[in-house]
Amino acid sequence: MLLEMAAEGDPDRVVLGSHDGGITAADLLERSRRAAIYFEKSGAEVVGYFGLNEDTLPVALFGAALAGIPFAPLNYRAPDEQLRGILGRVAGGLLIADDQEVARLGAIGATNVVTKDQFAAAIAEPVTGEHPFVDPEEIAVLLFTSGTTSEPKAAILRHRHLVSYIISSVEFLGCEPTEAQLICVPSYHIAGIAAVLSSLYAGRRIMYLPAFEATAWVQLAAAEHITHAMVVPTMLGRILGAIEETGTDLPSLRHLSYGGGRMPLELVERTLTDMPHIDLVNAYGLTETSSTIAMLTPDEHREAFASADPAIRARLGSVGRPLPSLEVEVRDIDEATLPPGEKGEIWVRGEQVAGEYVGNNVLTDDGWFRTRDAGWFDVHGFLYVDGRLDDVIVRGAENISPGEIEEVLMAHTAVAEAAVIGIPDAEWGEAVAAVVVLHPGGDASEADLQVWVKERLRSTKMPGVVAFRDELPYSPTGKLLRRVLRDELSDGSGSSASA
Amino acid sequence: MAIQLKAGARLRSAVDACEVVVVKAPAEPVDLRCGGHPFLPVDAEPGSESIVAGFEGGTQLGKRYSNDDLGLELLCTKAGEGAISVGETILAVKGAKPLPASD
Repeated sequence: MLLEMAAEGDPDRVVLGSHDGGITAADLLERSRRAAIYFEKSGAEVVGYFGLNEDTLPVALFGAALAGIPFAPLNYRAPDEQLRGILGRVAGGLLIADDQEVARLGAIGATNVVTKDQFAAAIAEPVTGEHPFVDPEEIAVLLFTSGTTSEPKAAILRHRHLVSYIISSVEFLGCEPTEAQLICVPSYHIAGIAAVLSSLYAGRRIMYLPAFEATAWVQLAAAEHITHAMVVPTMLGRILGAIEETGTDLPSLRHLSYGGGRMPLELVERTLTDMPHIDLVNAYGLTETSSTIAMLTPDEHREAFASADPAIRARLGSVGRPLPSLEVEVRDIDEATLPPGEKGEIWVRGEQVAGEYVGNNVLTDDGWFRTRDAGWFDVHGFLYVDGRLDDVIVRGAENISPGEIEEVLMAHTAVAEAAVIGIPDAEWGEAVAAVVVLHPGGDASEADLQVWVKERLRSTKMPGVVAFRDELPYSPTGKLLRRVLRDELSDGSGSSASA
Repeated sequence: MAIQLKAGARLRSAVDACEVVVVKAPAEPVDLRCGGHPFLPVDAEPGSESIVAGFEGGTQLGKRYSNDDLGLELLCTKAGEGAISVGETILAVKGAKPLPASD
């Protein structure tokens, strides 16, 4: 429906690829119709996509949508063992894959695999007729959530969730024809799907960078006059570095949104200082909520950055305010709504909120979704997110939130990155452990950092172990992989190695 | 003629090219019209009537039309020349302030 509207509203607008020679809205609709018929004829119950972002992706996404078949972008970075489990969940499906992945998929038992070239050949012939709008109750997208703490779950997003999100948050053809969005987040992440839908509905041309690399990002942004982009925290620092190193000017770039994990405050401030003309948006959302549920707008970034009032300045570390189409509450363990300033679990309700996994709808009877994220509101309605509840360390009877300790560690001038996790402990159940990356030339010992935390928080929050690493493990979408660190440190390799 | 609406249902105008999708449906049936004539199911043949005077003004593709008192919201998926009304009351374009791009 969204694509049909875009093709009706401005059929000749280039919506995908380079401004010259790219794919128009009418052309994308035509290709998607052919794909829909191909998928229908194949008898596939689900259309899987296994590979890098390319122009094939929107064609397959909209083709599946027109045909009323769920679309499942799969994590091509998943190890074989995990992938086998995921493939089991999309059995009976057709899988579109990058050439170099076909052998690997075959080896772990995938059937019905076609390459992108084979897919393109299959939809080369014109078709006639229109598809009726699909039932809004049908499944649009299946996304395997990143599962940083457990096995991936298959989250269901129905057409009505995604359509609600788009029409309530995006102005139809509301952008100028010169606007272009660079997408570098993988398609198996909700942001990769939402970016396609939002951009198309807004009339913003989509340009893909198949695999993120900072210099390539900067070069493509310059060459394609990119105006908009979404990045995850790990990307932004590298992009700023690459802009500096290459001396590239990006006069067209005017809007950067970020999300997907905690963004170091230092990076936000550096971006606001180095590129004051760029609009920054901090977006907070989850797979289960069809992407964004709260955002810190460009004006709110600038106001906070310019403010001498610590309470307003602190908003740079918030995720802004909930979208007007949603309700967001912070509740305690007894599910009672908490007043501003008190920390609890973030709950959300609204038309875009799916809260459903295959075989398991987790919405409450009155439609609320528990995010499992900890957070609080300030008195002006700004929402602060403080990590996953599952990451809370239970030391003795005390609940310790890693975020608070990580912030204190990162405030130390020698520390570039910090992760705090709970590791098994015979006496306390869990003990606090920290993994730290020092700045180049930064100097701090385990004892220095222990004292630093103890002086600023209290002794129970002092890490019993501080390990030093050259880098922290992140998922491709910018999420810190605490499980990896927990496994490493629980293996007894937690003694403080030198930097 | 009041009809019971359902979210996700599609309707077409009897007098022009306008088509809408029901985004929010009121619990009670409503007398929903386009160009002064009742909306039809999307696959129905349009009639030969013309727009009733006072119900011009047109619809715009991609705009949402709503009546908050009724809990009614429609999304225009094809534009036309007639205005959308409930009974004699013409629906306003939902004037939400556009949000900055977030993904």
